[in-house]
Amino acid sequence: MARAALPGRLSWQLGRVLDTIDETQRARSLVLELPNWPGHRAGQHVDIRLTADDGYQAQRGYSIASAPEDNEVILTIERLENGEVSPYLTDVLEPGDELELRGPIGGYFVWDASLSGPLLLISGGSGIVPLRAMLRHWVAARLPVEVRVIHSARSLDEVIYRDELMRLAAYEEVDVRIALTRAWPERWRGHRGRVDRDFLKDAAWPPQDQPRIYVCGPTAFVEAVAAALVDNGQPPDTIKTERFGPTGG
Amino acid sequence: MTVPLDGNAIAGDLFAAFGREMTAVVGRCRSCGVTCAVAELCVYARAPGAVARCSSCNAVVMVLVTIAGECHAHLPALELEALS
Repeated sequence: MARAALPGRLSWQLGRVLDTIDETQRARSLVLELPNWPGHRAGQHVDIRLTADDGYQAQRGYSIASAPEDNEVILTIERLENGEVSPYLTDVLEPGDELELRGPIGGYFVWDASLSGPLLLISGGSGIVPLRAMLRHWVAARLPVEVRVIHSARSLDEVIYRDELMRLAAYEEVDVRIALTRAWPERWRGHRGRVDRDFLKDAAWPPQDQPRIYVCGPTAFVEAVAAALVDNGQPPDTIKTERFGPTGG
Repeated sequence: MTVPLDGNAIAGDLFAAFGREMTAVVGRCRSCGVTCAVAELCVYARAPGAVARCSSCNAVVMVLVTIAGECHAHLPALELEALS
């Protein structure tokens, strides 16, 4: 090994579930009480570790859905069928239960209110979770920064934070575009189909407006969106990406 | 085939191995010379350890393993910018 383990400041801690919120049929938010929480930045995540009776451990990362300014730390977890960790978090955990986690983690995929430029947030499925922390951070900061949210889901029922997104859309500075890829209501006025190059040309700011861009979702979604943005002339170094996928759920 | 993720997915283990936040640190691939943030590396997290490849030339630049609860990083082809 090139480098021995160093004593980091990131230690495992126990949290308590205060509340659970069903966001969609497959996604649930956990509102947590964390006595040793040092505060976080919008976009960061935590690692959750489950330990079985026989000592077997499984660890997964989940994005923080709450803003630094919120009173409680909230995680939103999407249940992956046959997953090892997520079904426990979405179906079994109840208020009062304890949970072992470490965090906050990450310094790349973060947005601070001190950053300039219009903010373009693009997500697929539960990729919206860290972006929701950024949106709440934006609301708390009361900045004159324009925000555009482009979110892709299979159907309207699968749009996580749907009501909150609609409330955000009422802000003058906020524009929310929803793309539904598989099913849509008869009178759906949003985008039908994938977030592709043509849709982005219309929905994203042009490169000369120098948007600060965050893209989060499954690997295939993130790579298609990032490639389309670059095709449309967006400099790659203005696009921050975070991919997630079934590493076992 | 396993779908790769990126360096964000191993941020916790990287912190444990290096004792600091690592995803925003810039690294240079010794195989092709491209530089990028650690978060932008192509990561296969499903092996017994995590394997990070250069997103440009696909060379294995970092291997991360946890042994007896301790995370260790091996850097076969990654030069990290001076860590402050």
